[in-house]
Amino acid sequence: MQLTKTSKMAASLALASCQLIGAAPAQASAETSDGWQFDTAILYYGETDRISLVEGMVSATKDFGDDHIFNGKLTYDALTGASATGAVPQDYAQTFSRPSGHGQYQVAPNTTPLDDTFRDSRVQLNAQWTQPMLPNLTGSTGVHASKEYDYLSLGLNGSLAYDLNQKNTTLSVGLSYQMDSIDPVGGAPTPLSSLPSVDTSNADDDYDDEYAELNDHGERSQGQTQDKDTVDLLLGVTQVISRNMLMQFTLGLSKSDGYLNDPYKYVSVVNNLGTVQDTLYESRPDSRTKQTMYWQTKYAKGSFVGDVSYRYMLDDWEMTSHTIDTRMRFDLGNDNYIQPHLRYYQQGAVDFYRPFLLDESSLPAFVTADYRLGEMDAMTIGLKYGQTMNNGHDWAIRVEYYQQNPKNAGFIAPGSLQNQELYPSIKAMMVQFNYSF
Amino acid sequence: MKKMKIIVLCVVMSHAVGCASLGVKPWERDVLAKEEMQLNAEGLDLTLDDHIYFSKEGTSGGRGFAGGGCGCN
Repeated sequence: MQLTKTSKMAASLALASCQLIGAAPAQASAETSDGWQFDTAILYYGETDRISLVEGMVSATKDFGDDHIFNGKLTYDALTGASATGAVPQDYAQTFSRPSGHGQYQVAPNTTPLDDTFRDSRVQLNAQWTQPMLPNLTGSTGVHASKEYDYLSLGLNGSLAYDLNQKNTTLSVGLSYQMDSIDPVGGAPTPLSSLPSVDTSNADDDYDDEYAELNDHGERSQGQTQDKDTVDLLLGVTQVISRNMLMQFTLGLSKSDGYLNDPYKYVSVVNNLGTVQDTLYESRPDSRTKQTMYWQTKYAKGSFVGDVSYRYMLDDWEMTSHTIDTRMRFDLGNDNYIQPHLRYYQQGAVDFYRPFLLDESSLPAFVTADYRLGEMDAMTIGLKYGQTMNNGHDWAIRVEYYQQNPKNAGFIAPGSLQNQELYPSIKAMMVQFNYSF
Repeated sequence: MKKMKIIVLCVVMSHAVGCASLGVKPWERDVLAKEEMQLNAEGLDLTLDDHIYFSKEGTSGGRGFAGGGCGCN
């Protein structure tokens, strides 16, 4: 029983390979286990009328003795559905060309324009090695590779954790470097250029449907590959407060350089009647620096374990955000538990967010109408139920509801746009099943 | 008033001393040693959540590295 518990702890330590090491897992970590620990999960995420995603994950962890821990993780996800392009709805049907440049699709009157051709699958591999370096010093290093049709991400990370004060305090530092290559379908569009004109003689062309098996947008990219580099630095302090309480405080700095546009997002140019005159590809700066402050506390009392965290983010795109996440676990006895989950998120708009452009104004250097960079709040409410079976295996199911509420950050819509829903809410359900053995 | 200041000072000092001695003895780690008390317990849940929110919101990272590792549009 103790061995199982120890290996599970080792697993939980190494599992979140993107997280700083630091939480000294008490004296139990000094024990070893010969077995592998497998954690698996399958998640369904579905938005009303938009994206749906199925994601599976298998994680294998082994303690090779003396806290020399390997973790490997395989992730596969398949995504399909429609995503908001950023273009505004109109009171007449609109026709857009596909990102590939071949074919087009129609958007019904008074409907948010969605590109319904998203179809992609992704495979990701992570490997992480963690071991003691010196007395009280633990090191961890890892790599990841992720491939989807139009995107390749390769990364490596390293971190150090130093225990002091009888392992009641842990100082951590982590560094990661990620190289991404983006090969947009149809090539990377020139920022602020107009979308290709549509062939109105064949407005509901199903060219892409024929090629949908080949790729996610129906045509192989002819364009030049774009690159993006991201460097992350994390500094953390973990402090045991009492027999029942643990706290972590982390400062993060993340700098991305390169192609930061979303090649499938547009901005509508409207006249003073609110009628679309042109549709442009968005334009984002080629650098973004984010700073984060993260605080997490865990508290246990009897059959209750509470986990509360707060994150503050600000960046040089002038976005700020606040995230509060709470998970409250109640043991029901006989190795059963339930765990409600509440998350609240609020972000301000980046300084170049515009839900539309006016044709009488000069063109800005940077503009996006992607609601994910606009003002919004979001709420997640969920419940998880888990059980440890007689054979020591664990299973759990969690069901969550997620709603995003984009907000108007003070933009005055001209003419007929006032009658349109420019900031529609997005509602999603998540169902996840976990099994560990 | 002076008495009040001394009391306040004592309270502040006692808190400061308390902060300096935060933590537990090795034999008091029974609760902290629980699997569910690890900061990154439920690692797969956290990783899946990070992926969803990285794709749907303008913020990433904080708890861990912000890179994300996918296009996720």
